[in-house]
Amino acid sequence: MNAPVVPPKPAVAAPVGLLAELTHRCPLGCPYCSNPLEMDARADELDTETWLRVFSEAAAAGVLHAHLSGGEPAARHDLLEIVAHCYKVGLYTNLITSGIGLTPEKVKALADAGLDHVQLSIQDAEAKSADKIAGYEGAYAKKQIVAKAVTDNNLPLTVNAVIHRANVTRAGRMVELAVELGARRVEIAHAQYYGWGLVNRAALMPTRAQAEIAIAEVEALKGKYAGTIVIDHVIPDYHAKHPKACMGGWAKRTMNITPKGMALPCHASETIPNLEHWSVRDHSLMDIWSASPAFNAFRGTDWMKEPCRSCERKLIDYGGCRCQALALTGDATEADPVCHLSPHHDKIAAVTEMFADDNAPIPDYVYRRLKATAPVE
Amino acid sequence: MSGPVQLEDQSKPHLPRGVRLKLDETRNEWMLLAPERVVKTDAIAVEILKRCDGVATLSEIVDDLAATFKADRAIIDRDVRAMLTELATKRMVDL
Repeated sequence: MNAPVVPPKPAVAAPVGLLAELTHRCPLGCPYCSNPLEMDARADELDTETWLRVFSEAAAAGVLHAHLSGGEPAARHDLLEIVAHCYKVGLYTNLITSGIGLTPEKVKALADAGLDHVQLSIQDAEAKSADKIAGYEGAYAKKQIVAKAVTDNNLPLTVNAVIHRANVTRAGRMVELAVELGARRVEIAHAQYYGWGLVNRAALMPTRAQAEIAIAEVEALKGKYAGTIVIDHVIPDYHAKHPKACMGGWAKRTMNITPKGMALPCHASETIPNLEHWSVRDHSLMDIWSASPAFNAFRGTDWMKEPCRSCERKLIDYGGCRCQALALTGDATEADPVCHLSPHHDKIAAVTEMFADDNAPIPDYVYRRLKATAPVE
Repeated sequence: MSGPVQLEDQSKPHLPRGVRLKLDETRNEWMLLAPERVVKTDAIAVEILKRCDGVATLSEIVDDLAATFKADRAIIDRDVRAMLTELATKRMVDL
């Protein structure tokens, strides 16, 4: 008999996207910011040369989309150089911006350098409320100017809107605003509750009834605006039965690089204790993708325990969000408690019941700031 | 443009800025890249999309494909319309 043929272990499929958090600096203070509570200081940020190497390695590794994010990426003086480099190495380059710090001249220069797409955050469809959410007077007006500059330069515009208690009654209006601004795509994403969002949960979480009305409103607009605007709708997982496949599966499609160069499977993975992350200062991107402990910790399904291990949906939702499992159960290998099969699902129900009064006053926000300000005496 | 997509014989389909066809050498596939979307594109779709240059009309594109591949024009016409209507609805092709 022939020796048994041992099939080679399948190589890890190449990443499709790379999210580069170029800086944590941002003029806005949105209370649901996805940046960590402890942010990187300017002095610790990667230099231009290192970022350019990262993008070269990304393109060579098979990354198709480069997402330039932050913080506010326009706070980097080398943004134009980075965009030009991404274009040169063949990456599809997406700028995720607050718009603050961009001028029509800068937008034109970025377009000329080969930028492919701009995602502009808008906090609300009403200026006063939008500026309050952003913690920045005049932000709403500045964003209108940037939106016009983007479409004037023939760049595709996406409007990103995060939905929460202060704007939940205007979710549909946000879609209409995006159409008015000439956007070809709009992301309506209900707030997620970890990091800053968890700190501000009491001020952000709408009631279930409010969320359901907003969801129905936006879904109804999909038909109305087909062919005009693409509506990507991320519904709140606290009210769902099944968890979301966080990142489309851990270390399956995308990687994040923090301002100081740490490579993360998801933007919140540094909240998971004992997870060893590698830095792009010490390792090549492909090394990190295939061999770093953090990327391999929850890749695939081998790490799962019940109820995930035997679940027929395990390749659909991959057990949901690891960081949310950790935040609510204390154990990152648990099923995301959003799942109705999780033994900790009652914790989600307890939270949603805390926020059941449409008329309850909205507490003050803890604004996202690079350095926590001293409490006012 | 607003409302449902109307594809006419005289439409001149083209890829708008921010949507491009790329030969992905890592996966050895043609990919249509768009905002937050990557669409694997088979050989037939690539032949259609390469002809969407904003100059050729839909009927010229169909004529060209039928002649190049010696195929039934009616079938090509149906397939091209279906694909371009879908992509236009997703704002990945402009008419």
